[in-house]
Amino acid sequence: MSSKVAIVGVGCTKVGEHWDKSLRQLFLEASLKALEEADVDRVDAIYVGNMASATINFQQHLGALMADVMGMRGVDAVRVEAADASGSAAVHQAYMAIKSGQAQTVLVGGVEKLTDARPADVEYAAMMSERSEYVVYSGITIAGLNAIQTQLYMDRFNARYEDIVNFAVNDHRNAAGNPYAQFPFPITVERVLESPPVADPIRLFDTTAPADGAAALVLCPLETAKKLCDTPVVIEASVLATDGVNPYERDDVLTLTSTRVAAERAYRTAGITPRDVDVVEVHNTSSIMGVLALEDLGFVEKGQGWRFVAEGQIALNADLPTNTLGGLKARGHPWGATGVYQLVELTWQLRGEAGGNQVDGAEIGLAQSVGGLGATTVVHILRRWH
Amino acid sequence: MSAPAVRREIPYRYRLMGTKCLNCGALFHPPQRICPKCGSKDLVEEELAWRGRLVAYTVIRRPPKGYEDYKPYIVGLIELKDGKLILAQIVDCDIEEVRPGLKLEATFRRIREDGKSGIIEYGYKFRPVIEWNWQKKPNPEK
Amino acid sequence: MKPLSAVGIVGYAGYIPIYRIKAAEIGRVWGTGCKYPIIEKAVAAIDEDATTMAVEAARYAVARAQINPEEIGAIYVGSESKPYAVKPSGTIVAEALGISSQLLAADYEFACKAGTEAFQTCIALVASGMVKYGMAIGADTAQGRPSDELEFTAASGAAAFIFGKKSEETIAYVEGTHSYSTDTPDFWRRPEEPYPSHYWRFTGKPAYFKHVLSAAKGLMEELNLTPDDFDYAVFHQPNTKFPLAAAKMLGIEEEKIKPGLLVPIIGNTYSASSPLGLAATLDVAKPGDRILMVSYGSGAGSDAFSFVVQEAIEWKRPLAPPIAAFVNRKKLVDYACYTRYRRKLRK
Repeated sequence: MSSKVAIVGVGCTKVGEHWDKSLRQLFLEASLKALEEADVDRVDAIYVGNMASATINFQQHLGALMADVMGMRGVDAVRVEAADASGSAAVHQAYMAIKSGQAQTVLVGGVEKLTDARPADVEYAAMMSERSEYVVYSGITIAGLNAIQTQLYMDRFNARYEDIVNFAVNDHRNAAGNPYAQFPFPITVERVLESPPVADPIRLFDTTAPADGAAALVLCPLETAKKLCDTPVVIEASVLATDGVNPYERDDVLTLTSTRVAAERAYRTAGITPRDVDVVEVHNTSSIMGVLALEDLGFVEKGQGWRFVAEGQIALNADLPTNTLGGLKARGHPWGATGVYQLVELTWQLRGEAGGNQVDGAEIGLAQSVGGLGATTVVHILRRWH
Repeated sequence: MSAPAVRREIPYRYRLMGTKCLNCGALFHPPQRICPKCGSKDLVEEELAWRGRLVAYTVIRRPPKGYEDYKPYIVGLIELKDGKLILAQIVDCDIEEVRPGLKLEATFRRIREDGKSGIIEYGYKFRPVIEWNWQKKPNPEK
Repeated sequence: MKPLSAVGIVGYAGYIPIYRIKAAEIGRVWGTGCKYPIIEKAVAAIDEDATTMAVEAARYAVARAQINPEEIGAIYVGSESKPYAVKPSGTIVAEALGISSQLLAADYEFACKAGTEAFQTCIALVASGMVKYGMAIGADTAQGRPSDELEFTAASGAAAFIFGKKSEETIAYVEGTHSYSTDTPDFWRRPEEPYPSHYWRFTGKPAYFKHVLSAAKGLMEELNLTPDDFDYAVFHQPNTKFPLAAAKMLGIEEEKIKPGLLVPIIGNTYSASSPLGLAATLDVAKPGDRILMVSYGSGAGSDAFSFVVQEAIEWKRPLAPPIAAFVNRKKLVDYACYTRYRRKLRK
C-alpha cells in the first residue's frame, strides 16, 4: 500500500458557454494540460467525474470514450457519478486506486457540458440528484430547495437574507482575479437583492448558472511525485460520506450530516483540526449552502455562519479565505467538474501559483464537494509538500 | 413519463401511504423497508396525516421541464399532524397570502402530463384548510 | 321506475373550485351588453380536472356516509369533460379512496345529465343486491367557446352520492325515478373539437323544457304525487332563467327551488349541476321533506327523482362541508387568468 498520494499535474478550461466545444473536447483540453504539467504520456487508469451526460448530451460510457479521446485505448477507465459531487467522488476513486497499489499514475477529470440543453431541461437534470418520485415531483428546483433552507435558517438563527448573500459577493470578488472564472466581476449585496427572484427569497445572483467546463488532475504516489515535480501537493485525506437523500427525513434539516461525518474523518486522517486549514473551497449552489458548509466543517458554530460571512471573515486576506478563485457562484458550477476545479484551485494556492488571489503562506487546503442537497459529501485535505 | 412507474407510486401519491418504524417511531414517505434511522426491519405501512401546517416555502419562478404551465407556484415544507415533514405544492393560495404557520390539508391534483397524448400524473398537493361550521345554518328559511 | 327494494342516499358531498370569474368580466372582453345569465361562475384551477374534482367530492361523501370505502362496489362518473377520452375516471377515484378492486366502474356521457344516469345505475345495482354501496359522481370542467354565450355559464364542479339499501343510515330514500329521452340535437360536441356547439333558442322550449317537464310529470304520475307534495325541487341549471321558468310551469313555488339554485353564483357545472343543487338542498332539508330533482342532458333527456329525507340527515350532515362552504370560499380572477387556468392559451 502506498503511503501518500500526490497531485503532480493540474489543468482546466475556462468555465462558461463553450458553444464550439463538445464534452470530449472539454475533457481533452483540461486533461492535456494536467498531463503536460506532470510530464506524463500514459496513465494506468482514468476516472471521469460527470453528472448529466446521459440526460444533457445523450452520451454514457464516458470511461471508454475518454480513454479513446486521450489516445489511451486499453487503459482502465470508468465514469464516477455522485450528482454534482461526481468530480470529487472520481478523485476519491483515483486516490483509492493508488492507495491500494492497483495503479501508479492516474488521470482524473471532471467534465460537464450543460449548454447543450435548454434551461428547463438543465433544471430537470439538476433535480435528478434528489428523490425523483417525491422531491422532484413537487416541482421544486435546486434553487427552491436552497430557498427553503434559507428560510428555515433565517427563522431559526435570526439571520437576514442580505447578510447571507455576502457569500455570493465574496465569490464574485475572488473570481475577478481568475481567468478561468465564468463571472469574473465583482457584485454588491444590492445587486444580488435587485436581481430577479428565482425561488423566493433566492435571487438570480445567488444561484449558479448552467455552465460547461472540465478540470483534471494527475495523481501518483508521493515517492514518484518527488521525481516528477518540485512542488507536489499531497492528498492528506479523501473521504466520502452519505446521508438520507430526502433532506426532510434527516436528523436536522439545517445540518449537512454527510459533511460533518466526512470532515471529522478527514481531519482525523490528516491529523489536523479545522484551525490548521489555511484555505477552503466549499460547495455553494446558493449562499446558504456555503454558510452551512462552514458550520458543518467545524470552522464556525452552528447558527453563526451567516455572521462570519457578513463580517468578511472568508475574504482572501481574512481568517478563513474561502472560494478564493470564485467558488460555485462565480468561478462557475459545471456540476461533475466542480469538485475537480476545487482541487485544481487549491493546488495553485498551495504551490503559490494563485496570482493576485494568492493566500500568503497557504500550507493546508480543504475542499468540500456536495451532491444535491447533501446526500453526498466528499472532503479532501491537501498539503503543500516540503 | 413512464406509465408503469407512475402506477407504482399510486398508494403513496393518492393516499399518502408511508411506513412507520415500530422500533424508533420514525415515519417515511415514500416507504422504506429498512429504517434508515435505527436500522430496524420492523416497519409497517401507515397513512400519513392529511393535515398540517406550513413550516417554510418558496415560490418557483424558473421551473424544471414539465412544470412550466404552473409557474409561478408555491412549494412548501409542511409539518403534518403526525410530525412528518413533507414537501409539496401549495395551491388555492395566492403568493401574497402564503405564510409559515398556515393550516393546510391534502388535495388531489394534476401534477404534470406527458404532452398532449401522454399520461396525466395525479397526486397530492396541499391547500389552506377549508373551514366550515354547521352551527351557522347556511339557509335558515323553512 | 321504482326500485324493487328500497334504496337511499347514505352519503353525499360536493366540490366547487376556489376561482370565480364574473360574467361582467367576460362581457367586458367581448363588449356584450349589461344583462348576463348569471353573476359569476366557478373556474377550476390549472391543475384541476373533472377527475380531481370527482375525487374531492367522493372523499367528502365517504366521510359523510361513515362507511368503509372498501364496501363500495361500483363507481360511475358522469362527465362531458373527461381528462382522458379513453381511460376511465372511476378507477382513479377508486384508487384515491382506497376502494377495493372488486369494483364495477365506468364513465358516463349524456351532456349535463351524465351524473344522474350514474344515480340510476347505482340505485338499480343496490336494489338488485349486486353491490352493497354504489357511488355516482357528476363532475365537469365545462368549456364554452370564447365569445360564445355558453362562455358566460360553463363552469366547474363535482358532486358525489353514495347509495345503499334503505336503513337508519339513509339520509334520503328514493321513491322513484323517471326518464324521458328523445333525439333532439340542441347541443353537441364532435370528437377533437375543444368546445361544444349549440343551436341557440332551440335549446329552450323543444329541448330543456320539453324534457324536464315530461320527466317531472311522468315521475309524479308514476308516484301519484302532485307538485304540492314536494318541499323542495332541483332542476338542471344552465342559467338562472330556465330552472325558475320550469318550476313556474310545473306550479312549484320559487322558494322551494331557492336552496338548490346555485347557478347564479357558480355557473352551470354540467354533470354536477343538478347533483350539486340536490346536495345544497339536503344541506337545509329536514327529516320528512320530499325533494324533486330533474336533470337535463342535451341530445336530449331528463332524469327525474323523488327523495324523502330521513333522520340520519341530522347527524351525518356535519361530517362534511356544506355546499355553502365552497360557495363562500372564492377568489375572483380576470379573463386573462381564466384563459390560463382553463388552458385556452395557444403555446
